[in-house]
Amino acid sequence: MSSQRPSGTRTLQLILAWSFVGIPLLWGVLQTLRNAVKLFH
Amino acid sequence: MRPLSFLDRDRTVAGPGFNRWMVPPAALCVHLCIGQAYAFSVFNLPMTRLIGVTNSAHGDWKLTDLGWIFTLAIFFLGVSAAVFGRWVEEGGPRRAMFAAALCFGGGFLISAAGVYAHQIWVIYLGYGVLGGIGLGVGYISPVSTLIKWFPDRPGMATGMAIMGFGGGALIASPLSVWLMARFSTPTHVGVAESFIVLGVVYFIFMMVGAAIVRVPAPGWRPQGWSPPAQQPKLVTRANVYVYRALRTPQFWLIWWVLCLNVTAGIGVLGQASAMSQEMFPGRVSAVAAAGFVGLMSLFNMAGRFLWASASDAIGRKNTYFCFFLFGTVLYALVPNTGRVGSVGLFVLFFVIIISMYGGGFSTLPAYLGDMFGTRYVGAIHGLLLTAWSAAGVFGPVLVNYIRAYEIAHGVPKADAYNVTMYLMAALLVVGFFCNLFVRPVHERHHMPAVEGEATLLAQ
Repeated sequence: MSSQRPSGTRTLQLILAWSFVGIPLLWGVLQTLRNAVKLFH
Repeated sequence: MRPLSFLDRDRTVAGPGFNRWMVPPAALCVHLCIGQAYAFSVFNLPMTRLIGVTNSAHGDWKLTDLGWIFTLAIFFLGVSAAVFGRWVEEGGPRRAMFAAALCFGGGFLISAAGVYAHQIWVIYLGYGVLGGIGLGVGYISPVSTLIKWFPDRPGMATGMAIMGFGGGALIASPLSVWLMARFSTPTHVGVAESFIVLGVVYFIFMMVGAAIVRVPAPGWRPQGWSPPAQQPKLVTRANVYVYRALRTPQFWLIWWVLCLNVTAGIGVLGQASAMSQEMFPGRVSAVAAAGFVGLMSLFNMAGRFLWASASDAIGRKNTYFCFFLFGTVLYALVPNTGRVGSVGLFVLFFVIIISMYGGGFSTLPAYLGDMFGTRYVGAIHGLLLTAWSAAGVFGPVLVNYIRAYEIAHGVPKADAYNVTMYLMAALLVVGFFCNLFVRPVHERHHMPAVEGEATLLAQ
């Protein structure tokens, strides 16, 4: 049984799914980094 | 057809061609939400002035009363993970994620009602009890599913999900501050409205995870992968029944491994801001200390992914040896950073320590999978999370009381943490030996092969 042979649709699904969680996480990391930089000022 | 039959495990079995990389985002949908718990403290100060708005007024809640909300939530996280572990394991991840979404989102909505009515016990029940149950059920819901989808890299897979729990706070903290700013007026703090928005958003986000999660079909394995002919000594192919695991010394040794690793980290995590300012008076400002806390959150999150991924290569037991060895050395060296006045070394030591604190959480499911098999690993993981609840009490109490004792006995504030650091190092030495004594589970604890195969086919 194949697990890693996504069709075109599944690639889009993968991109959507990872974006759905990745974008908020990236936003949170950037916000935290902005605060963390103050440690070095 | 039953109205909620779409939640059943057999309705979540993946069809041919399903890509397993869809499962980590499903798990992250849940963990990124429930990770909010670590950021709940941003509501504490605003909730001390719900009546006075600009300052606390007569009748406003006190910080000590509000602190119980988080304590209750973490307590019920551990209890519900232990109590509902078997239900989660046998009912499948979708039903568990749905239940977690209802509890966690519902907890926020009930808490909003508590804020409107200014009844703190409603918030205790809402976020503390119901939300805490959502935390526990949500935390363990994707664990065994991920291990089954990634038998070749179980550490990395569960590390990815549990990294989300660390990352959830990074999102929730600025989001909550932003929401309160939007809803606040000169006569209103805006906490209740923020709770409502968060409750609805988190419910939807977690339901997306429940919708996309799938369990592998019986007998599925990754393309081109087969179990190694010679399994490492500490990795079993057999399964141990969830409550049978409680009768093995391995369970309790790993319980202490987690408890001691978390105790050492959680105490300083809560005191990081004050500690950095008191150990380096005049050199670390409140703003810089907040930056330090942010940096620790990032390393906590990154450590969850990196250490768990590394454990796939070096083994779980060796990974915990790293935590205990490096942790002991670094904790023992922290007081020297104060003596030589090196803020840089202080920060470096603590970000490494906190990465190992996070790694301790994320490496655990794969360690349990190695020891007890994958059939009930989620439920066994749930039982073991009681160690987290215990450490949540031990850690802060140790750090706070020892510091207070030292200061009361005339020790300068800058040196008040030294004894604590040496004590943490000692705890990690004990943890090292607990880990050292972990041996393969005796065969008499294994489920019979026929039963094991039958349950595997029924998954």
